[in-house]
Order: sequence, then structure tokens, then C-alpha cells
Amino acid sequence: MTPDREQLRETARRVAGAVADPEIPVLTIADLGVLRDVRVLESGIEVDITPTYCGCPAMTMIALEIELALEKAGLGRPKVVTVLSPAWTTDWMSDEGRAKLKDYGIAPPQKGAGRRALFGVDTVACPQCGSTDTAAIADFGSTACKALWRCNTCREPFDYFKCH
Amino acid sequence: MTSIRLADTPLLTYVLRRADDALVLGHRLSEWCGKAPLMEEEMALANMGLDLIGQARALYTYAGEVEAKGHDEDALAYLRDERAYRNLLLVEQPNGDFALTMVRQLLYAAFVDPYWRAMMASRDTTLAAIAAKAEKETAYHLRHSAEWVVRLGDGTAESRRRAERALAQLWPFTDELFHTDEIEREMIATGVAVDPATLRDTWRTTVAGVLARATLTMPEDGWMQSGGRGGRHSEHLGHLLAELQYMQRTIPGATW
Repeated sequence: MTPDREQLRETARRVAGAVADPEIPVLTIADLGVLRDVRVLESGIEVDITPTYCGCPAMTMIALEIELALEKAGLGRPKVVTVLSPAWTTDWMSDEGRAKLKDYGIAPPQKGAGRRALFGVDTVACPQCGSTDTAAIADFGSTACKALWRCNTCREPFDYFKCH
Repeated sequence: MTSIRLADTPLLTYVLRRADDALVLGHRLSEWCGKAPLMEEEMALANMGLDLIGQARALYTYAGEVEAKGHDEDALAYLRDERAYRNLLLVEQPNGDFALTMVRQLLYAAFVDPYWRAMMASRDTTLAAIAAKAEKETAYHLRHSAEWVVRLGDGTAESRRRAERALAQLWPFTDELFHTDEIEREMIATGVAVDPATLRDTWRTTVAGVLARATLTMPEDGWMQSGGRGGRHSEHLGHLLAELQYMQRTIPGATW
């Protein structure tokens, strides 16, 4: 790749990566690991994204936001491609992303997302006070990727980004 | 809008069967919207439905690519008649009460979770990729429905009565999970598909374990109902499709 193209690719990657997740706006798609690849081709720029969950309704929105962001940056309209493999996992979330989530009041997913036992018990630290004396209220929360928990120490309910 | 007709090629039919399972059950779960017994369950049922419809979308999109006649996910979901649908009879059974919905979910998830996990090794790379996403989602569905079946079976006299009734009502539809026909056998032989018969023991162990915790008795295998894979459905699917397809049949190509 010529230096110009490499530079263009880096710029496009930065611009696309800065697109915020519409459901958790403190996270960018780069933080989440949803942005997989950016290619500079003769025909234009191609951006690969991967869905977190199969039915994640944010994907259409994210694709649209990428198109808008790249056009606004003068890079033309990109082709946004959804790739399924390798399957997204919460382990792809950057450390910066985890810290941002916690500051936002959402308990970040634990690393090493393995398979859970059918009747397993997770330990999740409260993002407000740090206590691990917490309990699950519901395994399915306000979005496909979150569960609803409660802290028994500070008594605050909180969202937990589920391991996946 | 007239229905589309598809060729009965093995891979296309194989993919459509899985897509139809996911869409029909996802639609059933969506019918709970606004009617669930409590707020958390409202979210859980909608979330599980969303996962399944998401899986269906990926599978229909792939089926459209396999067919290569320009049918997209919407055409395949909205423009096929009841007889062209190839889903399991289990997933089209009406929601009934909450116990029936949860028992239905358990019986399906206890099969499809290990199914997708095994399909991650499929020689078909698209199916393997879809499987890798789906198995993470179905693991949550299995856990959620299992926890509810335990609560209902080991709950009040009334919840127990309903769980028992649901189990008796749905049991005859469980054998179909493990059926194979010529299409499936061809897909198994070429390494595309997993032989569902190899998952029967896992399924039985999971279901038996949950029922034991729920203090419920595992039903005896009696007359087992089948037909969905060949397009012979119970009377319920036509009604479901009438609602699902109404808009696209009335105003073809409507978008918003």
C-alpha cells in the first residue's frame, strides 16, 4: 500500500472508530470492538463491522453513522459490510472502554467470557460503590447486551454488560 | 402479493428450516409484548424474541445467497405460504399461559443450544459463523427458561399444575427435534450439518436435570407428532403467518 493510501486508511479508521454506540453513547465502536477492518480500494473505502448480538437493532444505526461520519470528513461514502466471523465477544472490548462503561454506571463484562453453567452464579462489582455484595434482578435488561442488577450495599440498581 | 416459489435444493431447504424455527419462535415471543406477567419478563421475552429474529435474519440472508434468485430476507419471511414454511411444530404452538411459553422455550433451547455449538464446526463457513453467534444467545435462553420451569414446577399448586399441563401438551412435539430425512442426511454426510440424533442424550440429560430440580416428572414418550419439516403444520401456523405477513401482502414492498 502506498503511504498515501495507508494514511487514508488510518484516517478512515479513526473517523469510523469514533462513531458512538447509539445505545451506550459513552462507548465508541472502536472501544466495543465492533469496528473490524477498514480497506481503501479503487472503488472507495470499505468498513467491516460485526454485530454484538444477532438481533442488535443498533447495527443499522451504526452503519448509517459510519457513512455520515466518513462523508463529513470528506472521505466519500463508504461501503459498510457486516461480517459475522469471528464472532464478537465482550473480550474484544478495550480496557479504555471498560473504564468508560464503569464511569457511566454500567458494570463492565468480566474478561475471559467462557460458557456459563446452567445455574451458575456470577460475581459482579457495583459500578457505584465497588461492593461485590450484589444480586441479579433480571438476566435481560434494557438492551440485548445488558442485565439488570442491584447492589445490596449502596442499594442502587445498575446495568451489567453481560459476558458474551 | 403473490407468494414466491423456491427450488427444493438440500442446502437451501436446510438453511430455511433453521431460519423458520428462529423466526416463528421469535414471533411467538414477540406476541407477549405488553402482556408479560411482570416488567422484567416483558424485557426478557422481547430480548429472546429479538435474538431469535436476529438469527433468522442472518439465516434468511444466507438462504437468499444460496438460492441466488434475488430473494432477500424479507421476501423469504413474508412471501412464502404456510406449506413452504419448514419449522418444527413445537415452535409454532401458541403461547398459552406463561408456563407453556417457558416450557416450550426450555424444550427448544435445550436442543438448539448444543446444536449451534456443534454447528460451529460445520464445513459451511457461513453456518459456522452464525452458529458461533447464536450459541451464546441460546445459552441465555436455556438458562432463563430453565430457571422459570424450576420456579413454576416447585412453586405453588397452581403454577405446578400449569407447568405439568404444559409439559404434557408439548411433549409429543419433542421427537421432531431429532428427525432426519434425505435432505438432512445429505447435509450431514457432507459435513455441513450435525446429526441431531447425536444431540438426543444431551437434550434428555438437560431436560431431565431441570425437571428434577422443578420436582416435575419427565413425561413418557407416547404418540409423537411431526410434519413441520415437510411443510405439514398444525392449524396454528397459518394464523401466525397471517399476522406476520399481513402488511407485506397488502402493501407489497412497504418500508418505513
